[in-house]
Amino acid sequence: MIPVHSAALRVPLQTAETTNVGSPLLNMAIFGVFVAITLVVVLRASRNNKTAADYYAAGRSFTGGQNGTAIAGDYLSAASFLGIVGAIAINGYDGFLYSIGFLVAWLVALLLVAELLRNTGKFTMADVLSFRLKQRPVRIAAAITTLAVCFFYLLAQMAGAGGLVSLLLGINDRLGQSIVITVVGVLMIMYVLIGGMKGTTWVQIIKACLLIAGAFIMTVWVLALHGFNLSTLLGAAIETSGNAAITSPGLQYGLTSVTRLDFLSLALALVLGTAALPHVLMRFYTVPTAKEARRSVVWAIWLIGAFYLFTLVLGYGASALIGSERILAAPGGVNSAAPLLAFELGGSILLGLISAVAFATILAVVAGLTITAAASFAHDIYASVIRKGKVNPDGEVKVARRTVIVIGLLSIAGGIGAQGQNVAFLVALAFAVAASANLPTILYSLFWKRFNTQGAVWSMYGGLGSAILLIALSPVVSGSERSMIQGADFSVFPLSNPGIVSIPLAFFLGWLGTVLSRTTEDPMKQAEMEVRSLTGVGAEKATDH
Amino acid sequence: MGSHPVEPDPGPGAAVDFTEVQQTEQFKELRKRHRSFVFPMAVFFLLWYFAYVLLADYAHDFMATPVLGNINIGILLGLLQFVSTFGITMWYVSYANRRLDPIASSIRHELEEAAPDVFIDPAGGKK
Repeated sequence: MIPVHSAALRVPLQTAETTNVGSPLLNMAIFGVFVAITLVVVLRASRNNKTAADYYAAGRSFTGGQNGTAIAGDYLSAASFLGIVGAIAINGYDGFLYSIGFLVAWLVALLLVAELLRNTGKFTMADVLSFRLKQRPVRIAAAITTLAVCFFYLLAQMAGAGGLVSLLLGINDRLGQSIVITVVGVLMIMYVLIGGMKGTTWVQIIKACLLIAGAFIMTVWVLALHGFNLSTLLGAAIETSGNAAITSPGLQYGLTSVTRLDFLSLALALVLGTAALPHVLMRFYTVPTAKEARRSVVWAIWLIGAFYLFTLVLGYGASALIGSERILAAPGGVNSAAPLLAFELGGSILLGLISAVAFATILAVVAGLTITAAASFAHDIYASVIRKGKVNPDGEVKVARRTVIVIGLLSIAGGIGAQGQNVAFLVALAFAVAASANLPTILYSLFWKRFNTQGAVWSMYGGLGSAILLIALSPVVSGSERSMIQGADFSVFPLSNPGIVSIPLAFFLGWLGTVLSRTTEDPMKQAEMEVRSLTGVGAEKATDH
Repeated sequence: MGSHPVEPDPGPGAAVDFTEVQQTEQFKELRKRHRSFVFPMAVFFLLWYFAYVLLADYAHDFMATPVLGNINIGILLGLLQFVSTFGITMWYVSYANRRLDPIASSIRHELEEAAPDVFIDPAGGKK
């Protein structure tokens, strides 16, 4: 959703204009204040980091409200802030469609996943999936899908950082952008290394409050300029754009029958993928009880819902007050809608605040992803598979910390390498992989008594493999003007979102693998999982001491 | 967690017969109450969401029908998705507080009293 590509192409023409809008120094100073404050908080939070439960799950000490705010912080990435405001400003209603999918998806988490998962797992998604199935194969598969989702999401965030740098700091050359990406990456490594889950959670909370407060102020401002009347605002947007169609769907996805099907496929991945994103699932372990897990989701739904309502106003506000021509001409293109609106409303200071929030957003989301990937590697692959459980928690946390450094360095390298590449599809791919590789197995193992190891393994590898294969064969990778690989065409699959094929396929494979397998799983473990998941027995006293 | 998921060996967890618990009327009632709420609700919101997506995807003229000033059916249905999401959330919370939590905690307390040493996590939370 962040068109780094187009930003890079426009750079030579736009350098003069970039310096006109806002002051990069001020933007950097405000971001610096954010970094300083969060570092102090992280250092204070890290003093009690002793056990594995402290490092991975923040000692299960957060309240539902705190965790819900952190979930919102984790979920509202720069793509959803800058991307959705920009999409609404340019494509009108079709941008709004995104945000609805992102919100409704939380009902899957609330009703079917959050509490049951909190009661049956310990640190990672694989804990739940391998609870009553064969440990090794299921844990390995779950760890691989976790790492895949985190990797795609991380790469998208870090590549997006490059685009943001040119947009908000006026740094347009490759070297300068690389330096900023490195700084962001090193900061992130420090947060996660020192603060563990506790520090990461506080970064998310602070960032979520800043982001939502900033969006709220701008929303009230925009509404005040239009007499607090949505209809007047829409009228102004129609007038500036000269296109009445921006208030109804179709501008982006209604072009051809392929784009329509593509949107349907995206909608499916958004609504089913959210509740299976590993970094979201891991957040449910930071609270002491299932009831607090439920409260977390409720808080998250209110905050995320309110935020997306703000983006509706901000998007049409940018459309009305700035106009799509100026937005598209600015460095960063579509993504510049929100920053330009901030400048229009509150001058350099509001722009500085919003820019700093956008950076904080990348930092926080990347930190959440990194700790999830590190926990999965150390807890699932190293401790359970390589050492077969014969490792003490301290050794495991040591491995997790080393993994954080490795992942951090990889994401810096990825972010620098992906500059100028069109990798916006990676976020959608992460959702599609989560919905295809993770969700079927989560639901089957919680609700289908007969489900077994073969079904889980077929579903996870089938979902992961088909989603990646279909993306590789789609126009986002080859065969169109905006493809990642130019000059080649092996795009036999017409859609850029694989969900509509890979999600039903993974559900089918989970069923097929189960019915074709002759081995039955231990009924004792199934009973234990079901009783634990619904009652929370044994899971709620985890941190009495 | 008596039987830490990392160790396939049930350990002290074996002291509790979960299949027996699973067969009790009280537990069956809890499971029934949970499923009879979450399954129909999940089906409902998914159908309502996809009905909306299909309308937005394939019925542009219908969605563009003006209702109030510049607000059209599309904007209204979109905002209704927010309303229904908030509504289902509040409904579920009140249902869980009234119908699920009391019975779940009663089963939990019974189990914990029957086998106190089983349900204290040996590796998790202690300092």
